[in-house]
Amino acid sequence: MSALLEVRDLKVAYGGIQALKGVSLDVAPGELVALIGSNGAGKTTALKALAGLLHPAAGKVHYAGKLLNDCAAHRRVRGGLALVPEGRGVFARLTVEENLLMGAYTRNDRAGTGVDLERMYTLFPRLAERRTQLAGTLSGGEQQMVAMARALMSRPKLLMLDEPSMGLAPMMVAKIFETIRDISAQGVSILLVEQNAKLALEAAQRGYVLESGLITLSDNAANLLGSDEVRRAYLGG
Amino acid sequence: MDILLQQIVNGLVQGSVYALVALGYTMVYGILGLINFAHGEVVMVGAMVALTMTQLLAASGLPPLVILLIALMTSAGVCMALGYGIERIAYRPLRNAPRLAPLITAIGVSIVLQNLAMMFWGREYHAFPALLPHSTHMLAGAVINDVQIIIVLVALAVMACLLLLVHRTRLGRAMRAVAENPSAAALMGVNINGVISVTFMLGSALAAVAGIMVSANYGIVHYYMGAILGLKAFTAAVLGGIGNLRGAMLGGLLLGLIESLGAGYIGDLSGGFFGSNYQDVFAFFVLIIVLIFRPSGLMGERVAERA
Repeated sequence: MSALLEVRDLKVAYGGIQALKGVSLDVAPGELVALIGSNGAGKTTALKALAGLLHPAAGKVHYAGKLLNDCAAHRRVRGGLALVPEGRGVFARLTVEENLLMGAYTRNDRAGTGVDLERMYTLFPRLAERRTQLAGTLSGGEQQMVAMARALMSRPKLLMLDEPSMGLAPMMVAKIFETIRDISAQGVSILLVEQNAKLALEAAQRGYVLESGLITLSDNAANLLGSDEVRRAYLGG
Repeated sequence: MDILLQQIVNGLVQGSVYALVALGYTMVYGILGLINFAHGEVVMVGAMVALTMTQLLAASGLPPLVILLIALMTSAGVCMALGYGIERIAYRPLRNAPRLAPLITAIGVSIVLQNLAMMFWGREYHAFPALLPHSTHMLAGAVINDVQIIIVLVALAVMACLLLLVHRTRLGRAMRAVAENPSAAALMGVNINGVISVTFMLGSALAAVAGIMVSANYGIVHYYMGAILGLKAFTAAVLGGIGNLRGAMLGGLLLGLIESLGAGYIGDLSGGFFGSNYQDVFAFFVLIIVLIFRPSGLMGERVAERA
């Protein structure tokens, strides 16, 4: 089985600072992979580069067998690559429903979009209650739901999530992670970036540890959870 | 009483034109956060192209209304191409430059367009042919002619269509998404540059319509007509709350009314000290007062939320 996403020696620099110094990672179809690391390790940079928002200085990104390097961000979505960005990036002045419809922007099947819209409202009943409300008036957790539902509306093959637990109450974090597992169980590949290493590794099958722009460890999630290095650095024990 | 009504009629007609031009400023500001100071010149080019078309078709024997429609289509087409080109050449390369840079290129484009128009159409005033019926009607003591009625109706129809487009269509949703958060919009699969180009082209088409309206109303076109009209329309957009479509419409109509009422009453108000030639002073005075109390304009929500 070949990887859905194959990243080789990815290097990204912002104005003289080398944020990624050669990152390689794979995500297989249907797999849930966690990318963990401390603040400033380059996790968000990695996801942005994969989504096409940043241009890598070197390295190769293959997605579904195709080289993505020169593919513009808005074209990657059509291929089934979706990113829920850090800070959620919901359109505050659009209604919840309009946000979800933005997620289906690349799709031309009205009927299928309608069906998926109803599916999202089943998955997130809270959003169904608030469909005509402006997204900016929602709580942080509800906005995270909007961001995830919006990404799912594009029918992604690979969903990349950047810090979905950030700034949320513990109850809401549990709810969001439950949803992530559901999505994964439906066969969507997921690349999950998290500061909350324990939560991420408990949900994931495999994990990578990113430290100042380099992958320092990669293993299956259970081994990483048990490893001394990870416990010391990221699990506070 | 009939002076009041007459000034209201005049104000609504002028305000309709301001509103259409103000929409062009506000749409571009809403999506890029920059003031397209070349927009007034697009109005002028629209009027000039329409003039040339009517001259070319004058001997064709076509009915005047058909000539006007052909002129309108051509000038809208030329203006859309011009708006696209302005964004492509003067703004896109500076997308990530400091905010002053595109302001300077905007002024540059404006000067270039004025001079090109002067070379092409000359420095003199041209008479714009009367293609629309000009019969006058009495409306409760005020005089209004067919051209003025058509201007107000067309402006209202165009504004209604624009609101529907922005609030009810996929393209409109994409425009609002790009305006709010361009990189999130790109993550949804929106071609940001495409949406920005469309925005410029839409605003320019409105400018063409406005250019023909002023020309038909006053019967005169001139290479410099875009400068003051553009400035007034920009004022209207700020008055309404720049970036807000309904604000631009309201601001345009209000500015037209204020100017017109100011012209009608400034003499009485100042005891004969100021004449109606001070109507611009009056309009800008009102703008300053409004901005002192509502710095973000009448319908603006926030100011300077974009870095």
